Amino acid sequence: MDAFVVISLIKAAVIAFVLLTAVAYLQWVERKVIAHIQLRMGPYRVGPHGLLQPLADVIKLITKEDMMPSYVNKPIYLLAPFLAVSMSLLSIAVIPFGPTISVAGYQTGMQLADLNIGVLYILAVSSMGVYGVALAGWASNNKYALLGGLRSSAQMISYEIPMALAIASPLLISNTLSLKELVATQSGSVLDWNVLHRPFPQIIAFLIFLIAGFAETNRVPFDLPEAENELVAGFHTEYSSMKFASFFMAEYLNMVTVSSLATLLFLGGWEAPWPAAKGSNLIPSVIFLVAGLTALYHAAHPARQMDKYTLAAFGIVFLALAGVFVLPIVQSWLLPLFWFCAKAGAILFAFMWVRGTLPRFRYDQLMSFAWKFLFPVAMLNLLVTSFLVAWF
Amino acid sequence: MDLILFLIFAIIAVVSAVNVVVQTHPISSAVSLIGVMGSLAVLYLLLGAEFIAAAQVIVYAGAVMVLFIFVILLLNAGAETKRGRSFMVQLLGVPLLIALLGLLAFFVERLFPRGVSVRFGGFTGGTAQSVGKALFTTYLLPFEVTSLLILIAILGAIVLARKELD
Repeated sequence: MDAFVVISLIKAAVIAFVLLTAVAYLQWVERKVIAHIQLRMGPYRVGPHGLLQPLADVIKLITKEDMMPSYVNKPIYLLAPFLAVSMSLLSIAVIPFGPTISVAGYQTGMQLADLNIGVLYILAVSSMGVYGVALAGWASNNKYALLGGLRSSAQMISYEIPMALAIASPLLISNTLSLKELVATQSGSVLDWNVLHRPFPQIIAFLIFLIAGFAETNRVPFDLPEAENELVAGFHTEYSSMKFASFFMAEYLNMVTVSSLATLLFLGGWEAPWPAAKGSNLIPSVIFLVAGLTALYHAAHPARQMDKYTLAAFGIVFLALAGVFVLPIVQSWLLPLFWFCAKAGAILFAFMWVRGTLPRFRYDQLMSFAWKFLFPVAMLNLLVTSFLVAWF
Repeated sequence: MDLILFLIFAIIAVVSAVNVVVQTHPISSAVSLIGVMGSLAVLYLLLGAEFIAAAQVIVYAGAVMVLFIFVILLLNAGAETKRGRSFMVQLLGVPLLIALLGLLAFFVERLFPRGVSVRFGGFTGGTAQSVGKALFTTYLLPFEVTSLLILIAILGAIVLARKELD
């Protein structure tokens, strides 16, 4: 009992720290990716390649004056950002990042809580996340905020239905609601992942889940709740300082949750694309080796005088990582973590990619897309899946 | 531990329930109602009915209350004005409340056997598998009838909405 409490506290602290750092840097990555899509440099001034930009942003947000307009509904105005960020933090608690490992003699899973209704728990918590946005819009007592809040609650209710239907089909194949067992049923090779699993590959459900995930997190092309040219900043118009930062954090945490959930449900979680016996455990080392050598090559290149030291340092870090990944002691927990982060990171990159390329939907297009296209397709997919699962 | 959690969430549920009635603004009442639903879900969870708890949060706290709040936002309902209490309410309110509580206590005392206390987590039929099995075997007819009822409700909603449009 005591060991369990201590281990859980340590795990909670580690996950919270890593997650919040990751969220801060996700924003840096996003700014960089969009900048490069638009042929700009992105953050470059604070630290090498703008790497200290998240820190600067956090200091700026904390020290900004926290204004509260006199016309807001005070208790609900204060409750809303708290609700938004705590709901998105809660859903991380059941996400498994890796298999069960033993640390100093104790067996412990790389997740905070292994619920046997993990998927339902995430659905429940994410459905509570709507309140943060809806109540913030209402309590601000501002027409733009109210319209933003209304739009977002309508959008989230509508897209929750195709999302739930898309989640249901891989669950039929895996026959479990526990996120950990879900990954166990997809072990083996890439053909055993639910996205390609017999009897019916869930590629349609995967796409529907991703689209609905974009809408649930209010991301482009579904970012109507905060459409600048119509609604100023939407539901968080009246928020400043850390309260604004809470909404921002909630959005990025939701992105992390959606991509982790997509990884677990469809892409086989922390499982490698093919068995380790056929050399999949060497892939991370090869990737880091290539990255390190590329960085060193560019550091030595005479045209890149400015990056002479930074790129060299990165190259050495990547080479060191490549070395770490071949050590047999750490492979048992580092390799699953690598595959999980790689898959979730690829989906996160897709989020940014889409933001850099697609324009925003009109409101009526958004609604008819959800109800007239996504919903029937998700329903049909579920029907076909259940028939085939019952058949075989 | 179970008892402490039960007391905390039972108190939250009761206080929120009273708050639903006391608050004058519909949004505040709705937020309190979410509190009631959420604490009820925790109570289900304490008893061992995890599927019901999750369904309670997804359906009631998540979907139904979001629709409530959505409608309140859409109508932009303001705070209700408090009128003075009528003579009857002033005279009979407190005695009737005490009578109701007494009646409830009496029935609880009579209906539930003495000496048998609630065992937290004692209910084992609460997993998703067993609930699903029960729905499709023992309770198949009520389940199908309920689905039909919901279908009729949806059709009714469409008919009413069309009438408004014409």
